[in-house]
Amino acid sequence: MSEELHYKSASELSELLEKKELSSVDLTKAIIARTKAVEDKVGAFNSYDEADALAQAEASDARRAASASLGPLDGIPVGIKDNLAVNGQPLTCSSKMLEKFVSPYDATCIEKLKTQGAVLWGRLNLDEFAMGSSTENSAFKTTSNPWNLDCIPGGSSGGSAAAAAAGQAVMTLGSDTGGSIRQPASHCGVVGLKPTYGRVSRYGLAAFASSLDQVGPLTRSVKDAALLLQAISGHDERDSTSYKIAEPDFVAAIEKQRGHKWTLGLPKEYFATAANTPAMEPVLKAIEYYKSLGCEIKEVSLPHTDYAVATYYIVATAEASSNLARYDGIRYTHRAETFDAKDSVDIYCQSRAEGFGEEVKRRIILGTYVLSSGYYDAYYLKAQKARTLIRQDFENAFKEVDALLTPTSPSPAFKKGEKASDPLSMYLSDIYTISANLAGIPGMSLPCGYSDGLPVGLQILGKPFKEDELLSIAYEFEAGHDFKDQHPQL
Amino acid sequence: MSEEKHIDIDYTAKLARINLTDAEKEKLSAQLDSIIGYVEKLEELDTDGVEPTAHPHPVYNVWQEDQVQEGLSIEEALKNAPAQRDNMIVVPKVVD
Repeated sequence: MSEELHYKSASELSELLEKKELSSVDLTKAIIARTKAVEDKVGAFNSYDEADALAQAEASDARRAASASLGPLDGIPVGIKDNLAVNGQPLTCSSKMLEKFVSPYDATCIEKLKTQGAVLWGRLNLDEFAMGSSTENSAFKTTSNPWNLDCIPGGSSGGSAAAAAAGQAVMTLGSDTGGSIRQPASHCGVVGLKPTYGRVSRYGLAAFASSLDQVGPLTRSVKDAALLLQAISGHDERDSTSYKIAEPDFVAAIEKQRGHKWTLGLPKEYFATAANTPAMEPVLKAIEYYKSLGCEIKEVSLPHTDYAVATYYIVATAEASSNLARYDGIRYTHRAETFDAKDSVDIYCQSRAEGFGEEVKRRIILGTYVLSSGYYDAYYLKAQKARTLIRQDFENAFKEVDALLTPTSPSPAFKKGEKASDPLSMYLSDIYTISANLAGIPGMSLPCGYSDGLPVGLQILGKPFKEDELLSIAYEFEAGHDFKDQHPQL
Repeated sequence: MSEEKHIDIDYTAKLARINLTDAEKEKLSAQLDSIIGYVEKLEELDTDGVEPTAHPHPVYNVWQEDQVQEGLSIEEALKNAPAQRDNMIVVPKVVD
């Protein structure tokens, strides 16, 4: 074994487990040891439960010994973003509001992982309630980028991306409302995939913006992303927005579609603004690589791109203000100890003042404003109409091309604190990722090079429910490069 | 970016059920004004006759049969309550 256990891919580890050359207990111990060795530097975890993970690993080994393996994920440690419910484990959303909350049930994606024998490992840090692009909005800790500890890991799934990059989990789950899987994946040099809206059940994901949220994988290889997406996909009657559609075999598809000559579009509006950004050079090289494989590269237009950030911050904050109304200080959250008892609503107002951090307050108040009487039509309804135009831009582009190539983020990971005081500039850094959520299409970020030693991601956007094509396009690039075997020095 | 659209922070924070300190009010209203100024660029967009998108894919009414199923037990459901007694959540008295 040339490579350390903690950097092996799930597909390799799965073979070793199947051949009984490795036990899940030994693998899980290696992941725990790695986690402890680098956690002081990386800070990816809000918490972890070693005994629980080892008990899951023992159960997996017992199944394999009895020739009753539950499939390729049986015994593989998967890290979980701390906004996904795992029965009996904390679910903090990195918020003081839920600091003491323990989930009484499993999210559907978690239930699926359990049915397939995965070892659920740890609670990964995020921007509070997934609101942010740097993980600096966590109420509990700052996560560092494993490639440069002075930099942010991206967000909101910063803990998930950093843990995957640092070998603290074999793969991880995140959630993506406006880029929260893809942007941290690009900043940490891992693969991140936001599925089509409706592909993965949102049941048990703490809601941020329900018409945009999706759960998806962060992994060190494309094949592992296919494997983990396969495991969590599927219609769920507990999420009425989950979609009834056939589940392709993603792992088989990426092998079967090898060598296909894809037609790939470059949205000219994205490249106009990105022309001179430092993240651009590796992206342009990646485009050249696809050309060299015989893929056709075409310029396309997404004319409403310039309205995407505005549309997104109306839709997302409106939905957030409604979703986060449930955190009332009464039933299962933080409750203020002192409040004005003569004012019947002050217990809510004070509990929420104490429980929510600054960014969450900012977004709830903005969302309340755009939904408030007299402003609803001007903002929320207008944004929903703009959303239709943005969605139609993609439908038109996909008449000409199979998928779009773009940078994932305008720049590589920035320094901690750099954008903390300017929320609008932080919002604008999501410019390439948010449209996919508005349009409901799948998107992924793939490591494609470096800028000043920091990873850069290539974003691939695809047609609804064509994750198999995204993965195949990504697999083609990965096969011709060795980024998946490059790891940060920790 | 018309003046009258600037956010009434006291009113909106009250609607949102969040107490803010004076310092927070000052900071947030300045930031929110700049964000609202930015999102007002949507006004330029001609959306006459455009249907709003609430869900990106064609999913409409979803029905299922009513079925009696096991739910959480009272203990499980109340486990996270900030205060509880006799299988109920304790709340402060709000009427005299």
